[in-house]
Amino acid sequence: MNIAYNFAFFDEGSKREIRRKTLKAIAIPGYQVPFASREMPIGRGWGTGGLQLTLSLIGREDVLKVIDQGSDESVNAVNIKKLVCDTTGVEITDHTSNATIIQSRHRIPEVPLRNNQILVLQVPIPEPLRFYEPSEYETKKLHGEKEYSGAWLMLFEQIMKYGSMTTGADHPVMVHDRYVMAPSPIPRFDNPKMNESEALILLGAGREKKVYAVPPYTKVVSLDFDDYPFQRETFAGKCCRLCGASDVFLDELIDEESKETVYQCNDTSYCLEKLNEDAALEVRV
Amino acid sequence: MNGLEEPVLSVRNLNKQFGPGCPYCQQTQSTKMIKNYCQVCGTVYACKDVSFEVYPGEVLGIVGESGSGKSTLMQCLYFDQDVTRGEAYISTYQNGERNLFQESAQAKRYIRNHMMGKVYQNPMLGLRMNFSSIGNIAEKLIAAGNRQVGMMEERGTELLNKVNIPVHRRKEAPKNFSGGMQQRVQIAKALSNHPPLLLLDEVTTGLDLSVQASVLDLIKSLQRELGISIVLVSHDLGVIRMLADRTLVMLEGKVIEQGLTDQILEDPQAKYTQQLVHSLL
Repeated sequence: MNIAYNFAFFDEGSKREIRRKTLKAIAIPGYQVPFASREMPIGRGWGTGGLQLTLSLIGREDVLKVIDQGSDESVNAVNIKKLVCDTTGVEITDHTSNATIIQSRHRIPEVPLRNNQILVLQVPIPEPLRFYEPSEYETKKLHGEKEYSGAWLMLFEQIMKYGSMTTGADHPVMVHDRYVMAPSPIPRFDNPKMNESEALILLGAGREKKVYAVPPYTKVVSLDFDDYPFQRETFAGKCCRLCGASDVFLDELIDEESKETVYQCNDTSYCLEKLNEDAALEVRV
Repeated sequence: MNGLEEPVLSVRNLNKQFGPGCPYCQQTQSTKMIKNYCQVCGTVYACKDVSFEVYPGEVLGIVGESGSGKSTLMQCLYFDQDVTRGEAYISTYQNGERNLFQESAQAKRYIRNHMMGKVYQNPMLGLRMNFSSIGNIAEKLIAAGNRQVGMMEERGTELLNKVNIPVHRRKEAPKNFSGGMQQRVQIAKALSNHPPLLLLDEVTTGLDLSVQASVLDLIKSLQRELGISIVLVSHDLGVIRMLADRTLVMLEGKVIEQGLTDQILEDPQAKYTQQLVHSLL
């Protein structure tokens, strides 16, 4: 492979700077560490934060998986994979369990992660209090003083307006009993997967120039009220039309011809693996 | 009042200056000063050695012309601004033994959320205009550690009732409300966690006369009912006459006269106070 770029696109100094900030982020769970977000060959807001983390971490031995809202084959995921592959030559996989680094946009895979894997999440707005307080100067003070009434107030407003907490994604979490953190726009369904996770979770916001982290085996609690407890989205009584899985995050689709509502796994590689397993079983039988 | 009564709030030698100060303006009898402004270094002395006490259930009025340091004093008391020098003690915090101005930012926030309520002249400062009215009240309750939606909704509704905001508008944002209604939401918010001390900064300025009267009526009845202490800043002597038991007169950052409100209005001693009282229409 003839590459004009350094290994993993960045020069070694840049990678070291990002790794140093990542270490700081891991040392202070949930704290947003400012970093010098680099210019990238993709636009800011298209996953540059996650990509910079991935590029700073990746080594020749690594196996990479990139997903975009559960899909391994969406444009964004494919392009990021191509870029990393062209500048490093590492192996790419769709199988969650084979990967050592998983970069994801807005989902945590259905297959439980292990302690030798790193999950990198792309973050558009890292500040959980942004809607409540527009000024960065003020939100830094609020974090410093552990003053999070704003985060609960936003949930209270939802309950007042709609009768329940309506965060579709990015439901704020308390990390290690100290910092309130935006878990990136993952569905509420995935929030509990962050709690005591075996894998290291890194979150990067390229446009907002912040990295933060949830180290392995860290307590992550979704914010709620005593009389309005946190709840995941439920898909009770529904299952994937392809593989039949039920305890997973399902996409609601409308069949173009019959106009019926159907459900399908959001995590495409999980669905495929399950189908293959079933097929293998059938063959053996 | 018996001699043993403990003040709710006592303030000693509160000083607030904007600017570094210089050898010219730090002398006691400086010739370089225009009122409380130093011509040499541009420092403004907003509050100079202000000391006073507020007793339980008392309404203390503070009057003075604009620029006399009234609002700065209030902002210092609510920790919106840091003081330059001075001490303040509140009886419900650490038995009134700790100087509030030297506490950490967290402790100041705690005091603000648990022991004080403030109503600003400008509702934009005291309310979150885009959040619902009931959410605004809940904000203070959440800050004080409450995590029960049902209880907060009940308390918010009760308070909004008390300040005559119709129940069906409780989920509306204050930006849709008239000035008088916004002011009443602010009062409800300030009262949400039963503070022993309420700070009112020019609450009726800019409201029309009938709304002024209803807001004043409300404050008076709430004060009677709940027995809270109030520090009330106004340049309107009518408001002071109606509400305040005791009054301080401020001029150029200093307290020039203090006493019972009737005494001050009927028999003013200082030249400025005489002028002020006589200019009352």
